[in-house]
Amino acid sequence: MGIKEFLKNNTVFLDGGMGTLLQERGLSAGELPERWNLEHPEEIIAIHRAYYDAGSNVVNTNTFGANILKFAPDELESVVKAAIENARTAAEQSVGKQEKFVALDIGPTGRMLKPYGDLDFEDAVAIFAETVKLGVKYGADLIMIETMNDSYETKAALLAAKENSTLPVFVSNAYGEDGKLMTGASPAAMVAMLEGMGADAIGVNCSLGPKALAPIVLEYLKYASVPVLLKPNAGLPCSVCGKTHYDVSAEDFAAEVSELVKKGVRIAGGCCGTTPEYIAATVNACADIVPLPVEKKNITCVSSYTHAVVFGEEPILIGERINPTGKKRFKEALKAHDIDYILKEGISEQEKGVHILDVNVGLPDIDEVSMLTEAVTELQAIIDLPLQIDTSNAAAMESALRRYNGKAMINSVNGKQESMDAVFPLAKKYGGLIVALTLDESGIPATAEGRFEIAKRILDEAEKYGIEKKDIIFDPLAMTISADNNAARETLRAVGMIKSELGCHTSLGVSNVSFGLPNRDLINSNFFALALGRGLSAAIMNPYSAEMMNTYYAYRALAGLDENCAEFISSAQAVSTVTQTVTEIKEDFASELQKAIIKGLRDRAAALTEAMIAENDPLEVVNREIIPALDTVGVGFEKKTVYLPQLLMSAEAAKAAFEVIKSKMPSGKASDKPPFVIATVKGDIHDIGKNIVKLILENYGYPVSDLGRDVSPEKIVEETVRLHAPIVGLSALMTTTVPAMEETIKQLRASAPWAKIVVGGAVLNREYAEQIGADKYAKDAMEAVRYAEVQS
Amino acid sequence: MIYTKTYPAPPFDRREILRYAGVRGDAPEIEAILEECLKEAEDKLTYKVCYGEFPVSVFDTVESEALHKHLEECENAVIFAATVGIGIDRLIARYASISPTKSLLFQAIGAERIEALCEAFNSEFDGGRFSPGYGDLPLEFQKEIFNLLDCPKRIGLTLNESMLMSPSKSVTAIIGVKNGYQRISEK
Repeated sequence: MGIKEFLKNNTVFLDGGMGTLLQERGLSAGELPERWNLEHPEEIIAIHRAYYDAGSNVVNTNTFGANILKFAPDELESVVKAAIENARTAAEQSVGKQEKFVALDIGPTGRMLKPYGDLDFEDAVAIFAETVKLGVKYGADLIMIETMNDSYETKAALLAAKENSTLPVFVSNAYGEDGKLMTGASPAAMVAMLEGMGADAIGVNCSLGPKALAPIVLEYLKYASVPVLLKPNAGLPCSVCGKTHYDVSAEDFAAEVSELVKKGVRIAGGCCGTTPEYIAATVNACADIVPLPVEKKNITCVSSYTHAVVFGEEPILIGERINPTGKKRFKEALKAHDIDYILKEGISEQEKGVHILDVNVGLPDIDEVSMLTEAVTELQAIIDLPLQIDTSNAAAMESALRRYNGKAMINSVNGKQESMDAVFPLAKKYGGLIVALTLDESGIPATAEGRFEIAKRILDEAEKYGIEKKDIIFDPLAMTISADNNAARETLRAVGMIKSELGCHTSLGVSNVSFGLPNRDLINSNFFALALGRGLSAAIMNPYSAEMMNTYYAYRALAGLDENCAEFISSAQAVSTVTQTVTEIKEDFASELQKAIIKGLRDRAAALTEAMIAENDPLEVVNREIIPALDTVGVGFEKKTVYLPQLLMSAEAAKAAFEVIKSKMPSGKASDKPPFVIATVKGDIHDIGKNIVKLILENYGYPVSDLGRDVSPEKIVEETVRLHAPIVGLSALMTTTVPAMEETIKQLRASAPWAKIVVGGAVLNREYAEQIGADKYAKDAMEAVRYAEVQS
Repeated sequence: MIYTKTYPAPPFDRREILRYAGVRGDAPEIEAILEECLKEAEDKLTYKVCYGEFPVSVFDTVESEALHKHLEECENAVIFAATVGIGIDRLIARYASISPTKSLLFQAIGAERIEALCEAFNSEFDGGRFSPGYGDLPLEFQKEIFNLLDCPKRIGLTLNESMLMSPSKSVTAIIGVKNGYQRISEK
């Protein structure tokens, strides 16, 4: 019988701790425990056997850290092989009569994934894949991914397991006292992502005792539609008379775990500090408990690396602004590879209160696969909202879904066979909530009934892939009423029908409804209100539209979703302050702009610039107002009367002024300065210094190509050659990364001999810079600018 | 045995944060922004330490005069790793694109926080701290510390190939424990 079959009608018992038992048997601190599979197989077999004797159905192989980061390929293979054999031998020797399985144990790599660490996501997948393949080769019955405290690494491991085996996969995460993973994920977020990717059982282990883990496990039981696993520590370690003890006894442990088994946990064992005694007690305490059936929860949700967003409880707002359609400035940003622009857009949508961000970067002349992937990875590094991946390019869709740290919203599939053939396999593999448009080969049906029929067909096709109804949200398509008077009525009817007759959620891109009409926001927001009244679950919308946001807050207050109308009241107050600031800034004294920049008043600088360029040549404004103001601040900084944060505030204000000017210039350029390539060198992930230099350079009109952090010499050379950039700026913070800087300089000299190289960073000084062959050491941002000004 | 401990937030030293940000005198407008940053950072900071007590003989093979001097007359040494978590790294990165001023201030907050956490931990012992990279103790010694303490599993602290740590606001160090000092007892 397979483990999945066995799990149907039985509670599955796992083993307990391994580490402490190995230490008792002589494993020394710092020694790799996995080597003991080869060096002391008898000890490993004895431990496994004791667990089987105690009643464990599943024993984890001693392979927690067995990966190609810690072992050479040959040794890794012998370690995994021996580990599985040891567990098999123990199963054969055991006197236990229960069903017995061997799980290939996989723990974290010990490295942090990019961008906050240096391990690439695909490299992580490849590392796990090696171990998985060996587990399959040597006959493990299942794969146990455990003690993962980062959602992204968990995803990499699960993906590797799914791509390289057909074995059942159990996934267990380690939560902190705050009920979250170290990198922030809540239980609901993990359930959404792991179930979406097809984990066979999910749960929690390590870090805490059963009592402290109980609230987390209950969250799992609330959200999960697959069996839930629990493997707690024997409480917390404490030292008594120099000897280590854990503070929960076997009896108490068994009593607490069995309570949770009664509530629905289907797979139970122990982690650090637990011994065969704990497992025997747990098996015993659970002997008379009839396993609860695992129920489908039918929760429609998406998740980010921190939280899940559930549909149906509240109207969900999906921000539509990350999309180049009809936006000149956005298109330019995409062409110039200006990721910051996209990030800013995302952050300001989040500040406006959206729950999900739609991400669309499709333009005819850009590489959408790499652009979408980059946009998704950069956005999820700094914004904790779930993302809606919006593309009609299947390759871009797959690449972005793969890298997405959570369960994404997938925009979109439609009733065309071709579309379903492309999107459903991706949704099945990576998980996701699919937006399904009710159109097909013959177009968009005019009536609600026609759209409803397509919706049914889409559901039928999805079922063939095992994609459940809860993971499809229909967009019955808002059409423009100026072209067809009945358009809105039919869309609204379709919303109602899909909701009541199919029991599915709906989403609408509301603004289509008003094309060709004046006062569009008024039509959009009223349409939005009507749709919400019909049970619309979500809208793709413009959060900068006050009417739309007002409708949202008013609806929540009217629908009883806003306690004491508190959020409505605070949103109404926010509206009135905005109008006030706008009226305040009406004057347009030139010196006022200089003052605003010197004082670092960003909004004011932008407003004054706006007013000034209405009557003046924009370049004149730059040269007469902005640059002199920056010089004043720069000189102050050099004389130490202006501090670094003040310099930055002024730089931000100047940047805001430049943004205004750029938007008014036909070329989108505000100066004729040469390009400046800047990067933090390979191995170094600190970039604040580099960012400061970039900002100040931009203030002085340099088009800066920022390659980011941890950048290879090859990439820096490639960009310098591509732009024929006369100056390159390199930053390094650590002594260990200075060799990478030296190597970059060497390669630049060979391939871009025209380029001047300016370096900076905490560990550098003038002598050191000369030694590694740089042209210039700049101690701060101002010095780098002064150098650039002399060169160009 | 390796222990893990979570501390309550040590009191914030605003002067020190401003100093880290490069402010050397009065700057009321920066102080106002700092208050906003502190409010935003507060619930994104964690204060975690993992540590173990080892006989100084574990350092016998380490070639570092400065370390051996640091551990003179000590029987044991406490090795610890501390981190204030990934949350502050995310704030630094988030504000890099919208407000470099705040990004700098978050950086300074992180620097002050990890120092304060180390102080809180260190105050439970007599000796001073000594970290890889001090004097002639190579940064590569980080690897040994990570091997001994199992930092990724215990406090979510990882070591990169270039010996940088992620989360970035983290410290590893060695504290000498003099003869007769009572061994650490939990709780």
